[in-house]
Amino acid sequence: MSALNRKLLRDLWHIRGQALAIAVVIACGISTVVMSFGTLASLELTRDAYYERQRFAEVFAHLKRAPASLADRIARIDGVKRIDTRIVEAANLDVAGMDEPVLGRLISLPRSGAPALNQIVLRRGRLPDGKRSNEVILSEPFADAHGLTPGGYILATINGHKRRLQIVGIALSPEYIYAIGPGVLMPDDKRFGIVWMGREALAASFDLKSAFNDVSLSLMRSADESAVINRLDDLLASSGGIGAYGRADQISHAFVANEMEQLRGLGKVVPPIFLAVAAFLLNVVVSRIIATEREQIGLLKAFGYSNLAVGGHYLKLVLLITAIGIALGFLAGAWFGREVTELYTEFFRFPVLYFRLDIWIFAAAGGVSLAASCLGAATAIRVAVTLPPAVAMQPAAPTMYHRGLVSKIGLIKGLGQPTLMILRYLGRWPFRAGLTALGIAMAVAILVASLFFFDSIDHMLDIYFHHGQRQDTTMVFTEPRGIGAMAEIRRLPGVMTAEPYREVAVKLRLGPRSERASIAGLGSDTTLRRVLDTELNAVSLPKTGLVLSTKMSEMLQARRGMRIRVEVLEGRRPIVHVPVTAIIEEYIAAPAYMHRAALNRLMGEGQLISGAYLQVDSRYAAELYRRLKNTPAVAGVSLQTAALDTFRKTMAETLNIMLFFYILFGSLIAFGVVYNSARVSLSERGRELASLRVLGFTRAEVSYILLGELGILTLAALPFGCVFGIGLARLMVWNLNTELFRVPMVVTPGTLAMSMSAVIVAAAISGLIVRRRIDRLDLVAVLKTRE
Amino acid sequence: MTHKAADQHGTASTAFSVRGLTKIYGAGETEVRALRGIDLDLLEGELVVLLGPSGSGKSTFLNILGGLDTPTAGRVSFHDQDITALDSGELTRYRRDHVGFVFQFYNLIPSLTARENVALVTEIAPDPLSPLEALEIVGLADRVDHFPAQLSGGEQQRVAVARAIAKKPEVLLCDEPTGALDSKTGIGVLEAIERVNREFGTTAAVITHNAAIAAIADRVVTFADGALSSVRANERKIPAAEVSW
Repeated sequence: MSALNRKLLRDLWHIRGQALAIAVVIACGISTVVMSFGTLASLELTRDAYYERQRFAEVFAHLKRAPASLADRIARIDGVKRIDTRIVEAANLDVAGMDEPVLGRLISLPRSGAPALNQIVLRRGRLPDGKRSNEVILSEPFADAHGLTPGGYILATINGHKRRLQIVGIALSPEYIYAIGPGVLMPDDKRFGIVWMGREALAASFDLKSAFNDVSLSLMRSADESAVINRLDDLLASSGGIGAYGRADQISHAFVANEMEQLRGLGKVVPPIFLAVAAFLLNVVVSRIIATEREQIGLLKAFGYSNLAVGGHYLKLVLLITAIGIALGFLAGAWFGREVTELYTEFFRFPVLYFRLDIWIFAAAGGVSLAASCLGAATAIRVAVTLPPAVAMQPAAPTMYHRGLVSKIGLIKGLGQPTLMILRYLGRWPFRAGLTALGIAMAVAILVASLFFFDSIDHMLDIYFHHGQRQDTTMVFTEPRGIGAMAEIRRLPGVMTAEPYREVAVKLRLGPRSERASIAGLGSDTTLRRVLDTELNAVSLPKTGLVLSTKMSEMLQARRGMRIRVEVLEGRRPIVHVPVTAIIEEYIAAPAYMHRAALNRLMGEGQLISGAYLQVDSRYAAELYRRLKNTPAVAGVSLQTAALDTFRKTMAETLNIMLFFYILFGSLIAFGVVYNSARVSLSERGRELASLRVLGFTRAEVSYILLGELGILTLAALPFGCVFGIGLARLMVWNLNTELFRVPMVVTPGTLAMSMSAVIVAAAISGLIVRRRIDRLDLVAVLKTRE
Repeated sequence: MTHKAADQHGTASTAFSVRGLTKIYGAGETEVRALRGIDLDLLEGELVVLLGPSGSGKSTFLNILGGLDTPTAGRVSFHDQDITALDSGELTRYRRDHVGFVFQFYNLIPSLTARENVALVTEIAPDPLSPLEALEIVGLADRVDHFPAQLSGGEQQRVAVARAIAKKPEVLLCDEPTGALDSKTGIGVLEAIERVNREFGTTAAVITHNAAIAAIADRVVTFADGALSSVRANERKIPAAEVSW
């Protein structure tokens, strides 16, 4: 090995602490990128593999009743690959230990073999025996929520008859990754479950022998989905079809897609920012390290090493550090990516796991880091090699300092010489000081931009659950009822307030865009379920017209005054044009509202209601739910507390897993920046500080000069960091706009304080480490020779 | 190789021919005239001592001869080649092929051993001594694997001398080589320089503050305020071992 390369390795060992800190910063940037993109790609791959393996359908339709012979005609629709017909019905379940009614969705399984589409994955137990009509399989999330296992049983009211169902198996289905009951927003595995049972048994219970009421299709690659849907709707119209829909509107798929979209939103913004910050720091630190090598650069040139050779030498040093960082980043990123993918796989209950790392992500992240360090090194090396060696080898001439503003206005007397040194140093090198402060500010910013999510999600939930939806319970009827039912409801035990609502499934169309939605019909001046304006004041729904949430108006590209074509998907299925009379901001889902009276008119029906929002006296809640459970007209109830819980468990948890890593890496970057700044300052000023010690300054005084500078820069950086952080947060909010929810932009003072504290702590720890080095300065050696 | 310059002044050919050499640092208020039009010839195989107080211009003069710095005006020819006309790449080539340097503060690379510090130069020189040979010449054959921090000041400077001579340079330029050393170790360093000058016929220029050292030179050039105040040939040149201060 050449002497120069040996020097390289020994130098690297000599600055190992700093090199490691730089490498860690790079590694954090890279591993965030690798982890985020790797996890996303793997999750999508896993989901797609799961879908494909279980033959998850692409078009779905529910209807009242169709003869089995219709299946052949459907199968002949152009573009249809496979067809599966089923019986899907609702049932009230009675699970031990639950006061509230539990809604079950009964789905038929063919007598033998697997269904053509939407195949289940048996996790435990076995398939039902075709000859025994009471054997069922439960969905795993539901079974787990109640501790049900094969061998146990549940009671069900099926079409008015109480039945005891024997649990023989537990299964998963790509169709119900999230099982979301009718009329609710969030999955609630305690109150809604999927029950698979033999087709014969179901057909007998619902009088559907040689008939079906649910159909799923898979399509040829070349098929036109909307054409198939239209044709299917035509075929099912006379059988009570309520509108076929594609995968995008399949509720579980939409939910999963939404969560992945959120992760992608996060992944698109945070990791590139981390990488950019890491690259920037690398650039600054590398150029400062090389600047301190000026004398050795001069010496090598004096011996006749060319600029290229000297430049190459330092470039190698930088590349080596960068390479270590990149390698660490790849390893950590791949490992974390795998772990995180596993966490998500468990979370989504995917029965398979594919983990894939994209080589291009590796290459891009590594390339950015390499480019940043080369650039940083190149600038500094160019400055060093352009000096004639004789000049480079001399210690830099004393820098020209000036009596600045502080001295001139006479403030100087109050300040000791050390403080004056700090101020003059900062004043003399404003650019360098600025870069250091900028680096620290970036560290604060990435923490703010990671931590603010908690504020924003809290705020979003607070508005939704404490201002907009103040009911304790939402009750849904099996079929719409007359308004007269309200009197009965109000008499139920524990009901303090009850507000009726009408909810109608529709397809909203504007120009070429259409969205499946439901219109919620609310009364005037409601107190429980309220529509809010941006100042959180309740808005009274206009007597006519449609009120859209911003998200729905965005998806339809609708503005106030535009007329929306409303295709009702139930009842007599009227099609009408309704003007948009208001647009309101809602963070969760993409709702549409009408005044209940207007909705009833639109439906051409009397004063019908779909259910009621209840405020319940908790002392009587158990009794109320028992009563509702035994009321056949009640399909189910959903509890706000449970919805809030599930929201936190699902939405928040998906984000939390990623956020945890972002915060971890953000903190490491923060530490890396501050530590490097302190170390480089020390090596730049080691001789000066040692001279002061020789002159009789104490260790504390000398430390004060160096650490005081760092302290001032850190403090100066904090407010900028907060401002940058808020800017980054805005960028993320903008990117996290999905159909399921939007994150409002809320950054609390607590978040700012926490981000700043974390950086202050990082600065303090770096300060202490550097302080120990100041204590160990070898006074004699430093003064005798120039390094 | 031409040597025995000491008693053949008239016949030895010129290594350096310096004419009107001027160096001005800074401009305006802060202008410093380091050299004010120096004319001087250095002969092949000659050992010249440059005397003069701090700031008299000797280091600047030496740096320009060595291609470490460029003059503001005037010219320096090395064997009829005008080195003041060379660009940075050519100067690098010139230093690499012809010049050896010894500095007051040794300027060893702290992360390399004695042998590796020498190898740093031999690796890029066309026809060098081996690092071990060079270290033997300066009497450090038994310290080759020590790091600079494990060597005394005199030993470090002798490593620096070994490093300078290992490439068998035609010119050896020493800036205060004994400045940081006591007399005993300083003499050891001078002996090494003298030996290289004698055995390889290397033209050597040694800057010093110490007038006693002038006794080892063929000629003594004295600087004052950026100009030459005297140039005299030594009547009797004495070996470094007999010098004392």
